[in-house]
Amino acid sequence: MRLMIRGGRVIDPASNTDAIKDVVVEDGKIVELRPGAEGRGQRTDNRKQKTEDRQQKSEGERQKSTIDNRQSTIIDASGKWVVPGLIDMHTHLREPGHEYKETIETGALAAAAGGFTTICCMPNTSPVNDNRSVTDYILNRAKEASYARVYPVGAISAGLKGESLAEFGELKKAGAIAVSDDGHPVMNSQLMRRALEYAKGFGLLVISHCEDLHLAGKGVMNEGAIATRLGLRGIPNAVEAGMVARDILLAELTGARLHIAHVSAEDSVRYIREAKKRGVPVTAETAPHYFSLTEDAILDYDTNAKMSPPLRTKKDVAAVRKGLRDGTIDVIASDHAPHSILEKQVEFDAAANGIVGLETSLPLSLKLVKDGLLDPMPLIAKMSTNPANILGIPAGRLRPGGPAELTIIDPEIFFAVDVNSFKSRSCNSPFDGWRLQGKAILTMVEGKIVFKEM
Amino acid sequence: MEFVKKDILSIEELAREEIELILETADSMKEISQRDIKKVPTLRGKTIVHFFHEPSTRTKTSFEIAAKRLSADTVSISASTSSIVKGETLIDTAKNLEAMNPDVIVIRHQASGAPHMIAKKVRSSVVNAGDGMHAHPTQALLDMMTVREKKGTLSGLRVAIIGDIAHSRVARSNIVGFTKMGSTVVVAGPPTMIPTGIESFGVKVTYSIEDAARKADVIIMLRIQKERMGDSLFPSDREYANFFGLTHKAVSKAQKDVLIMHPGPINRGVEIPPEIADGPHSVILDQVENGVAVRMALLYLLIGGSRHASDD
Repeated sequence: MRLMIRGGRVIDPASNTDAIKDVVVEDGKIVELRPGAEGRGQRTDNRKQKTEDRQQKSEGERQKSTIDNRQSTIIDASGKWVVPGLIDMHTHLREPGHEYKETIETGALAAAAGGFTTICCMPNTSPVNDNRSVTDYILNRAKEASYARVYPVGAISAGLKGESLAEFGELKKAGAIAVSDDGHPVMNSQLMRRALEYAKGFGLLVISHCEDLHLAGKGVMNEGAIATRLGLRGIPNAVEAGMVARDILLAELTGARLHIAHVSAEDSVRYIREAKKRGVPVTAETAPHYFSLTEDAILDYDTNAKMSPPLRTKKDVAAVRKGLRDGTIDVIASDHAPHSILEKQVEFDAAANGIVGLETSLPLSLKLVKDGLLDPMPLIAKMSTNPANILGIPAGRLRPGGPAELTIIDPEIFFAVDVNSFKSRSCNSPFDGWRLQGKAILTMVEGKIVFKEM
Repeated sequence: MEFVKKDILSIEELAREEIELILETADSMKEISQRDIKKVPTLRGKTIVHFFHEPSTRTKTSFEIAAKRLSADTVSISASTSSIVKGETLIDTAKNLEAMNPDVIVIRHQASGAPHMIAKKVRSSVVNAGDGMHAHPTQALLDMMTVREKKGTLSGLRVAIIGDIAHSRVARSNIVGFTKMGSTVVVAGPPTMIPTGIESFGVKVTYSIEDAARKADVIIMLRIQKERMGDSLFPSDREYANFFGLTHKAVSKAQKDVLIMHPGPINRGVEIPPEIADGPHSVILDQVENGVAVRMALLYLLIGGSRHASDD
């Protein structure tokens, strides 16, 4: 079947495209990207002029297009963005082991509803994804669900215990695209060095959860005046930044590729910026909550604002935003971490870390464009093209002959976040009730529409 | 003025006028405790649940006596006798207690914020009898009552709080209370025990006991929890007593009529030597006596007055 997405603003960082185009999809592939028809969906006079020029040049082609149009299913995307399918390189799917929080199917549904065509799931399941059979299981379940492409991330250490290396070769062969002990840091510096070295041989990316557990102690939120006022134990920035510095030095020592997960602290941004300047092979991600919220969100002991790393101060939020703008932070990832009320409706000290994010990540990130911090193109790069490049997967771009994996975004639509409408099985979000502008309205995986709200 | 609070969770949420009303009410309650027949019928037919999830002798006894002197029926639950040991969550326990229609739930819990969580889930009044490192509002009220009784005022005083400020709910509530009433608060202890951002409470910070005591009208010593040695907050009892325990020299730098206070239980010979704890400046036992009066006042204001009538 042939399908045409007509008149949308196509934003494709990989080809440096930002123009009104029609996208023609057939048999799961993009078959053609052509200048959009006159008079639809122009955003600026300038662009309109360019489009008109192109129209005139391809008069013959346009007539042919009109004939094609009659044969295609048409999706009118005027006033909308058409972008390469979004990629979330940091998700927790909870299956196997904690299916009451999320399954691969509900997680993939949530991804589709959030505009993500590809998600990477972290290995802290039960059993841990530190071996081929768990990776196989995840991939099989993902194939059945088929709402999103799922790439498993294998464990760095066996059982996430931080004692000995997991079998990277087997994991990679089974389909893991990176390794990480996410949720737990690799406290042993020697083991981290060996992990980086050994992963290098397989071309596997190492994703580091940076946290000095000794320094963190029993801390449950950012250290500072608010923690003191609430009587909660604090976690200083050095807990994260100290380990960021260590891992950068180890990446430099080994020449291995390192990706820093969920950057939250000002000092971490500074170390990463400086390392990139020196040419260290390091990339970094942050999550929407680290540029949208401060520790103030905890003021009423709201356990939905408890996460690791913790929400920090205005200064840190400003530093993360600056890091996003100047390219220090390459990727926005959701760190989607579903938990049920069993883990969240408890004393703050006892509550589990993390929030769901797949269905709020894009709207919160679009706010960066509204705020004038990022143009649409670099935003889409951070949510699609960059993670694809970092992971080395054939996604994150719109090109004729490539897979039809794309997202249509309505950048103008206003809506209120309602956790009860989430496709995710969990609703642990501090953004419930927030009024946001802009969201995904159509998600397509391999030419198949997996989510549509238009 | 009318007292319209549903819960007493922290000093922060009490206005200066409300604190004054509580202390004035407590003054009249104190007289009841000094009678031969120490009982009035004010809260007859009311039920108060004392839910102590953390060990306590003084506070629990004080609350029970306060309730009984006002003729309320009391039930007492501790962590070891509650269903918590059977794996019941705190919220489930609270909801079950609520189903039995108590008028007040008094709760002590080791997790900061636990009483707030419960207060949001139940219709009964919730009184915080100490939560984690966060707040101990009735302790601060009884401390303020004691100081007001002895000094005639709570404004313009210099109050020194000495010890493990970081882990002390008593320190936090007293800092907020005394500051709100117009006094100046100085905190002192080794830097490992001074929490980040404490300056935002409007206090002065010093690492010297003598500096803290200088010209002080009130010195509040905090209990040193010996298990904190494991957290490397201080090397030994002996070193702590030598450098951060209260000394005669420090007391001599304070005002002539300085009040020495301690929330108890005391580690004699660690944070305070016995002769100071039992000496002429000490009002430690007055604090305990006033504790009953303050708790009677709170119970009376929460459920003995017109609040419920006007609610309906």
